[in-house]
Amino acid sequence: MKAHLGLAAGVGAGVGASPQRPDGRLKVTGEFAFSSDLWAEQMVWGATLRSPHPRARIVSVNLGPALAIAGVRAVLTHEDVPGRKRYGLEHADQPVLAFDEVRYQGEAIAIVAADHPETAARAAEAIEVVYEVLDPVTDPEAAVLADSPRVHAERPNLLRHVPIRRGAPDVSAPVVVSGVYDVGMQDQAFLGPESGLAVPADDGGVDLYVATQWLHVDRDQVAESLGLPPEKVRFTLAGVGGAFGGREDLSMQIHACLLALRTGRPVKMVYGREESFFGHVHRHPARLWYEHGADEDGRLVYVKARILLDGGAYASSSPAVAANAATLGIGPYDVPNVTMDAEVVYSNNPPCGAMRGFGAVQACFAYESQMDRLAEAVGLDPVEVRVRNALKVGDLMPTGQVVEGAAPVEQLLRLVQRRPAPGPADLLPGGTANTTRGEGVVRGVGYGIGIKNVGFSEGFDDYSTARVRLELVGGRPAVLVHTAAAEVGQGLVTVLAQIARTELAVAQVTIAPADTSVGSAGSSSASRQTYVTGGATKAACEAVRERLLARLGRPGLRLEDEQVVDDDGRPVASIADVLGGEAVEETVEWRHKPTHPLDPVTGQGDAHVQYAFAAHRATVDVDVELGLVRVVEIATAQDVGKAVNPRAVEGQIQGGTAQGLGLALLEEIQVVDGRVRNPSFTDYLLPTIMDMPPMALDILELADPDAPYGLRGVGEPPTISSTPAVVAAIRAATGAALTRVPVRPEHITGTA
Amino acid sequence: MEFLSPPTWADALAAKAARPDAVPLAGGTDVMVELNFRRRAPAALLDLTRVPELRAWREEDGLLRIGAGVSYARIMAELGGRLPGLARAARTVGSPQIRNRGTLGGNLGSASPAGDGHPPLLATGALVELASTRGVRRVPVAEFFTGPKQSVLSDDELIAAVLVPPAPGPQQFAKIGTRNAMVIAVASFALELRPEGSVGTGIGSAGPTPLRAPEAEAFAAAELPWASRGRLDPAVAERFGELVAAAASPIDDVRGTAAYRRRTLGVLARRTLTWAWSELCA
Repeated sequence: MKAHLGLAAGVGAGVGASPQRPDGRLKVTGEFAFSSDLWAEQMVWGATLRSPHPRARIVSVNLGPALAIAGVRAVLTHEDVPGRKRYGLEHADQPVLAFDEVRYQGEAIAIVAADHPETAARAAEAIEVVYEVLDPVTDPEAAVLADSPRVHAERPNLLRHVPIRRGAPDVSAPVVVSGVYDVGMQDQAFLGPESGLAVPADDGGVDLYVATQWLHVDRDQVAESLGLPPEKVRFTLAGVGGAFGGREDLSMQIHACLLALRTGRPVKMVYGREESFFGHVHRHPARLWYEHGADEDGRLVYVKARILLDGGAYASSSPAVAANAATLGIGPYDVPNVTMDAEVVYSNNPPCGAMRGFGAVQACFAYESQMDRLAEAVGLDPVEVRVRNALKVGDLMPTGQVVEGAAPVEQLLRLVQRRPAPGPADLLPGGTANTTRGEGVVRGVGYGIGIKNVGFSEGFDDYSTARVRLELVGGRPAVLVHTAAAEVGQGLVTVLAQIARTELAVAQVTIAPADTSVGSAGSSSASRQTYVTGGATKAACEAVRERLLARLGRPGLRLEDEQVVDDDGRPVASIADVLGGEAVEETVEWRHKPTHPLDPVTGQGDAHVQYAFAAHRATVDVDVELGLVRVVEIATAQDVGKAVNPRAVEGQIQGGTAQGLGLALLEEIQVVDGRVRNPSFTDYLLPTIMDMPPMALDILELADPDAPYGLRGVGEPPTISSTPAVVAAIRAATGAALTRVPVRPEHITGTA
Repeated sequence: MEFLSPPTWADALAAKAARPDAVPLAGGTDVMVELNFRRRAPAALLDLTRVPELRAWREEDGLLRIGAGVSYARIMAELGGRLPGLARAARTVGSPQIRNRGTLGGNLGSASPAGDGHPPLLATGALVELASTRGVRRVPVAEFFTGPKQSVLSDDELIAAVLVPPAPGPQQFAKIGTRNAMVIAVASFALELRPEGSVGTGIGSAGPTPLRAPEAEAFAAAELPWASRGRLDPAVAERFGELVAAAASPIDDVRGTAAYRRRTLGVLARRTLTWAWSELCA
């Protein structure tokens, strides 16, 4: 394992600066060790047998042919799971290895360890499973009905219903617009497939090196299924090649550990690209019914909505996704009367769970499409109708929660609106494929704005732990920051070092590899790590500083440029001298302010800790005859509270916007009768550099008084509103209704 | 899996004769994907990258003889002037890395209806040279494909080269993909205008094999104002597009619907004819 390198940055590379990422150069030059690059002496390889059917009864499993293959060391099924046979983030409903029934195509049934990956794969294929194929439950609208066949015999298909009731339920309005919208199944499509290395330990436990988002919750689930106490299951974060929510659930973690403990050998498992599409949850496909009532001036009187999310075969984080869809489901608007029902159902489709935006994405496509319809109905500009209804500080969310801190909805909209219009495009729709010289090309402009909660909600005990050690290294003060927070590519390791530099005025900061020998950091999700683990690191640094300064026994001291200085900035002593041979170390568990559950009937409650907002204006060229789209420019404005690392903030905004553009135009796992038709990057299309246009960015820093440095989570908002903005622009160019994303060329040309 | 790596063409033909089940490997951009996805487990791979003549092209009897191992990147760089249609098609293949590896011969060997190299070869009336220890034959490219991923190539044969007439007039290639780069064709169309009064066409990704549109060719040959080099009547371009669309037999699949493919072929045919005609008359 390679520790993250210390930053070659000075004391000044603190909060608000943009020092180079410690892993940046390695990643760009291809030298970074990802989890799929792990290797150990005596290592053997794991492989997984998966169900070809979305729903079937397992009649029999014959391992004989696999065991007979030379080089095979173990073949395991559910019978070999010593502890809890199911796992899950919110409900333990997913079998470690399937028994009795498979509920989605790709569900794991058996695992193999062998001397060579090819042998392991062949052995998995050699296992004979007799299935009794059953009709899969694949239509969420049918699945939610009481008389539907059940995906899980012991519970109804309705996994969670989140109602929100605000104001009057039966109010009417002079202007009513309604629509039904569909969102396809997007994939996180991280580039580093699921992989890890499990090493059996002398104490009967196991060490797992793995790419994941939340080491401790992985560890706890793995320990339960292995029947081991948590302290005997030790996790270390390996190089993570992207996550976006897709690594919140377990994939190969338990499997690799089972095989390692059985064989007594280190076991490596690496999914291929195709297997990866079956190895993690996806974004929930959704159908959304919306009715907006407004007065003639475009001011909203009511919103009535129903959101139906397809959770697929297992619960994953579906209940929380439904709560987000419901509580954020009318958008950043002040609406006096709201009737919202968000439901998530089980089906035999691929399981869905966390993905960047987490329930807010689906809703935003629908409510922003509605706002455009409302603008048209009352004869207003799309920005004007949004501004008239814009949420402000002090307004109530439909949950009754008061919006605090900053809510610059109008300002964000005006910023993107006032950006100069882009000139002629450098590339026409069709890109390099020579489809037009301008024939059929029409330009359109569209807007979108979204809202996202930051951090975990609904009363969840959301905390992080940081251990900070200040000591002399080679005669100079150096800081070691140790957390279990997952660096998934977002740049957290850079940010934590910046915080340590700011708080301790020391240049040399090392970020220790994330592992479970320190307390939980919570998940690298919900745009929360800079806030929560950043907050924990800040607090731990403050505690270290306090103890260091206490050694001098006088008040009014602070740290500056590796010195202790007095109130007037006069040096009192160097940090090195004060430290001497005695390190200072503090570990702090840090929490943001508590949240509260939603009332199960009315949906009222202060469920969220912080709201984040972003607006987008998309300008597109559409070849209306061919249905091809080229996004010309995207302007965006986002409030980030405090840009802890401005360059990383820009990267998050650009990347998040690209992911939203992908949902608008390209990215969909196509599922027919429970079967995935495009599990490859040949046919699951991600935006390329030819698809992603230049962006114009306005970044606001309106401090949140409750957050460390005033910061606001940045990772998710850009993903949320870029999708409706792009679609609105295509509508403006074509006049097509476009109620579904991704928009396909067939929808624009009427050839679906 | 056996890995055969003959250093010469004669050795390659001998190896293929001895191991007809060996899968030829050129750039590997199709074969390696199939191996990695475990869709195929051939008993032997026949690596052709060491055979020098496969990587060469030259002029021969008025034709351009392009070795089967010439990459798309080289077609773009070295043949763009004389075969602009084929070079344009090469430009739309994959990413720069794929264009550096992938070859025209490999494209023919895979015989995918979506192969980007096929429509320009159809439009230009190219020949495919097949060789075995039994001898050499040249097959018109229109007769090469027999079905989806199937061709007249025998088990003991290898693709040696493609023979293409240098462009006698304007050539066009246009391709529909859902993404603006790095995409497999949803539909594609190639066109050649020959100043003496005839037209060549090639359709990709819209039938079990790459196709020509003979009725559209005949219509254009008859209706275009060759002698006067006058303005192209939009109605002629429109009708040409309809005939090209009618020649296709597309299906619905994960990349697009049949109706969309037909529609876009009509548009591409109309547009490329318009561009090519104005180039001819310029």
